[in-house]
Amino acid sequence: MNPGRLLAADPLFSNGIDLTVVLIVIGKTIAVFVLLLVLVLFYIWFLRKVIADMQNRVGPDNAGPFGVLQALADGIKLFFKEQTIPDSADRRMFLLAPYLSLLPAFLAFSIIPIGGVVTVAGHRTLVQLADPQIGILFLLMMSGIGIYGVMLAGWSSGSKYPLLGSVRASAQLLSYEAALGLAVAAVLIQAGTLSTRGIVARQLWVGSWSTFGDWPVWNWFLWPTVIAFFIFLIAAVAETNHPPFDLVEAEQELVGGFHTEYSGIRFAIFFLAEFMNLITMCAIAVTLFLGGPAGPALGFVSANGWINAWIMPIFWFLTKLVILLFGTVWVRASLPRLRYDQLMDLGWKYLIEAAFLFAMVSGVYVIARQENWPGWVYVAAPVGAVAVYAILYLCIPRRDELSEEIR
Amino acid sequence: MGRFAGFAVTFKQMFKPRVTGFYPREKRPKPPRFHGRHVLNRYEDGMEKCIGCELCAGVCPAKCIYVRGADNPTDAPVSPGERYGFVYEINYLRCIHCDLCVEACPTEAITESKLFEFSFSNREDAIYTKRELVVDDEGRARRQPWELWLDESENDNNSEWMRATSSAGAAAYEGRVNWSGELGYGVRSPERGQSGIMRSASGMTAPDEPVVRVDEEAADEGSRN
Repeated sequence: MNPGRLLAADPLFSNGIDLTVVLIVIGKTIAVFVLLLVLVLFYIWFLRKVIADMQNRVGPDNAGPFGVLQALADGIKLFFKEQTIPDSADRRMFLLAPYLSLLPAFLAFSIIPIGGVVTVAGHRTLVQLADPQIGILFLLMMSGIGIYGVMLAGWSSGSKYPLLGSVRASAQLLSYEAALGLAVAAVLIQAGTLSTRGIVARQLWVGSWSTFGDWPVWNWFLWPTVIAFFIFLIAAVAETNHPPFDLVEAEQELVGGFHTEYSGIRFAIFFLAEFMNLITMCAIAVTLFLGGPAGPALGFVSANGWINAWIMPIFWFLTKLVILLFGTVWVRASLPRLRYDQLMDLGWKYLIEAAFLFAMVSGVYVIARQENWPGWVYVAAPVGAVAVYAILYLCIPRRDELSEEIR
Repeated sequence: MGRFAGFAVTFKQMFKPRVTGFYPREKRPKPPRFHGRHVLNRYEDGMEKCIGCELCAGVCPAKCIYVRGADNPTDAPVSPGERYGFVYEINYLRCIHCDLCVEACPTEAITESKLFEFSFSNREDAIYTKRELVVDDEGRARRQPWELWLDESENDNNSEWMRATSSAGAAAYEGRVNWSGELGYGVRSPERGQSGIMRSASGMTAPDEPVVRVDEEAADEGSRN
């Protein structure tokens, strides 16, 4: 497969590849990586500040204005700390694992449409690192590979708590990958494409909107797939092992979980990857459900000027992202950690069925519209789905019944 | 919706005032009976109060106090009694500041200041000996370079815990002075008690009779001063 095909939608490659194009790609890679790092630093600060607010505390306030640089200071500290490797560790795997978890986290972010289409040095290009045809599948691939970092970290530590933590991590990822994939499928059925740029385009976004009066919010996939949206968010938080699903590093049970034996910068890399994954998942949610970088342009400046081409789409993307990230922080501050059986119950008994039925109904709607099926189908499909879900719900053994049998 | 009520709680909390402060920049006043680092007091004539009885070392739950008593030299006595504290060491790496030593001391020799902001870069500095603990000729705590003394009036050795728990410290004796004077401060007045009794400048005022009679011996002990 040639790079032009892999990155098909990007107009950058339509006129052949010369040195300028290569430099633009390198520049975009660095820019996206830096953006992701800055987002992580911002998110850690934001997380600590918001949780502090919710607990009537002040939060970090010493490093930089309002403590913005706290995460950076922590990173620098960890960078210079001593790193230890346990005697019983599998050395090579132990050293490799953090990077194995960092790299997929970054790669997954590369498919996110961050902004509109801009012109750099005479080349028109997407503000997006890569727009592969397989788009969303690539995300699922990367989140699947990312678990190897956690898995190998736990296994190679040669210690039992990390191993337990990593076993939990892989079980959790497997359980929620299904719900996540089915929630995504509901959107993909509507969109008819896997490409992230294509999905954004299907939500009727062409560059920026001209004015505030023009308000095509109703084209977002959020509305036809609102159930899938919430399933996606729950599954995404669960898959990235963030509270309240952070059983992987349940301190009370597992010391630190999979990273118990790690210290210094390798420890920091795990956290970097973890936060990167969460940010990527929220960014994917923005892409799938909230119209990506779509948002009203500034009416009083030129419609095709640099503000409306560069700044506004990125601004809207980041705004939506921050709103979703606030949601994750809010959940983290409000809910206690789930018990392991509750985690599995939620994933297998409720979310997967709901996501599956919703994807089915979604598909019926799309086909019915294409094939001009009679109107009663639009009612029968959701009613049938609810009925099936109700039957399934009633069939699920209740916890007290189960314990009755055990007794 | 019961299980989602937590979200409303956390959201509402965001708009409430903060309960924590900006510690290194803004400090809160310490409560009067604050347990800080210790001082070894002297009588108003300059004699040391410590008699080397080792009760403080015995009661210490962290076993951080090491005391050795010795007979007073007849030509130059250190303390008024027969014996004095020859060696007195407190290891602040172990001390938990429970102030049981202050309660145990029969001569009010060891009391506490309000200083808590001190740290050391080596273990030697953590072990305070008589040289650091005994007050200077003005009755003030000797300030070490690694200690952060800020407000003189607030941080100085004020022995309020000693007065709150003095040897006849039954509630019936609230407001009654039964401790000796200190170098630099004289006889301290009773602290304002829980029932809000007076606090006179001379420190000698006290209710004539205890509100509740305890046994006679303790009552006599209580009215020593």
